[in-house]
Amino acid sequence: MRERQPSAAVWKVVERARHPQRPQTLDYIEHIFPDFQELRGDRVSADDPAIVGGMGSLAGRSVMLIGQQKGHDLKQRQRHNFGMARPEGYRKAQRLARLAEKFHMPVISFVDTPGAFPGADAEEGGQAGTIARTLQVFSGLTVPTLSAILGEGGSGGAVALALTDRVYMLENSIYSVITPEGCAAILWRDSAEAASAADALRVTAQDLLALGVIDEIIPEPRKGAHKAHRATAKKLARALEAGLLELEELSPSERRRLRREKYLEMGRLAS
Amino acid sequence: MNKYVTVQITQKGAVPSEPVEQGKRCPSCGIPLTQEVLEESLFVCPGCEHHLPLDAPGRIHALADPGSWREVAADLRPEDPLSFWDVRPYSERLEEAQADTGLSEAFLAGTCRINGLPAALGVMDFRFLGGSMGSVVGERFHQLVLAAVEDHRALVVVTSSGGARMQEGILSLMQMPKTVVALDLLAEEGLPFVSVLAHPTTGGVLASFATLADVIMAEPGALLCFAGPRVIEQTTREKLPEGFGRAEANLENGQLDMVVHRRDIKERVVETLRLLEGGVICRLEEPVREDEEVLPWGSGAFAQAFARAKELAVASRSWLLGRDT
Ligand SMILES: [Zn+2]
Repeated sequence: MRERQPSAAVWKVVERARHPQRPQTLDYIEHIFPDFQELRGDRVSADDPAIVGGMGSLAGRSVMLIGQQKGHDLKQRQRHNFGMARPEGYRKAQRLARLAEKFHMPVISFVDTPGAFPGADAEEGGQAGTIARTLQVFSGLTVPTLSAILGEGGSGGAVALALTDRVYMLENSIYSVITPEGCAAILWRDSAEAASAADALRVTAQDLLALGVIDEIIPEPRKGAHKAHRATAKKLARALEAGLLELEELSPSERRRLRREKYLEMGRLAS
Repeated sequence: MNKYVTVQITQKGAVPSEPVEQGKRCPSCGIPLTQEVLEESLFVCPGCEHHLPLDAPGRIHALADPGSWREVAADLRPEDPLSFWDVRPYSERLEEAQADTGLSEAFLAGTCRINGLPAALGVMDFRFLGGSMGSVVGERFHQLVLAAVEDHRALVVVTSSGGARMQEGILSLMQMPKTVVALDLLAEEGLPFVSVLAHPTTGGVLASFATLADVIMAEPGALLCFAGPRVIEQTTREKLPEGFGRAEANLENGQLDMVVHRRDIKERVVETLRLLEGGVICRLEEPVREDEEVLPWGSGAFAQAFARAKELAVASRSWLLGRDT
């Protein structure tokens, strides 16, 4: 009854988006920003390895890079908490975004997380309010802002880094209001229905482009990004560079106005 | 310039619409409760002070001055942008929620007066698909902010929500940045925002506009967390302590300003707005005269302070007065 890809095809994308060998924030940084200088800490209580950040250059300009890092093997994954950030991680993101604004550096964020960390300590530290204030900081920036969904864009913990002038998605990444498993558990009362949920939620890059939520899909080599880190990084770099040059044509206030208009239109119904 | 539709609803219709079934008991202490008792107490158990859910019309009744409510963006209706289907179509769930609640969506927005103060008031209704935030909730919030900006009103929002509405997929997630961006418009006008977090407020609503208020209040016992205790226990296998994520714990953890009994919320909101406005005095060049007209609900020091603020409000086009006075 609908013109949809079969859910098996959608699930294949979900699996690729989560593939342990898929390039992650630090892989892209290594390939695209050889002069990367990491900056750490939220200046309040901690440094959260689930979000990494720092400065580098792109097309001759200094840029601020902020992204979730999942880790490839178990040891790395434990260190980076599977890319699930705590409030200190989002505070670090806020701090780096403000630093970028102060020195007129564009902000590029990389999204790759199943979601914000659902732990007691994170809740007690104000996970929800910290995500809200991160969105607020990004909303107030006047420097060019770009984000790319690298693998998994999971819920509020993902969008917290993606209120940006331009939003890109890798071809085999997903971006969703809830994990397919979580949605299946609630609506189907059966987490085995995750593939059906992924289909219904419309989580693929094509879906999000059609819904007007993202600006561009970055194609991956045919076998998938996990088989070709360098080639994928090249494509991502090219897209970011082109986007940056476009955004630089606009004045700071114009960028902010257009970004504001874009988000105020989200989901607005034609009437 | 009519950017949004205003519809007047009668104050008579603004009492809690769901009758209490015969033989209902307090879920906390077990004493029998009648509709009359509950309406009188704003749905707080007289035996143990347990706060039962209060629906959106009941909230408006409890906060807005009689006859002052004008609904904003009432004509917006939810659609099914993804043709979402789980075990049932989303469109069917929507129709059912509308029939059950008599509401068109989970969020009612409007302008009103609260003890005489011009306000833009938004209330969520948990009965409507768990108070979830979809595109219409986000757009009504946006229109409410525009109404506040247009008339220079304070923004007051009572939340009760399970978070983003799954059935609208990514579009519901986008209501988080949308509501945050809308609040920038309010802040630029120097207008205050007070949020009242009612049980439960979780997920995308707590992680967007609800926690960005200038002053945050919560009702006693309200569950306020991002992920929810069940998800936390499943993911981390932690055993959570009694009272985890409740309003009182959030107060201890620095996440809100006060826990307020439902019967005191109206007064506390008004008092908060009055004090926020009092800062206008710093902008004054001339000393204030003490013989100002006293507004009808005030008396004594309160009224004098208010009268002072009122004069300043005239000078500064303040939200205390609004443009419709
Ligand atoms: Zn009781």
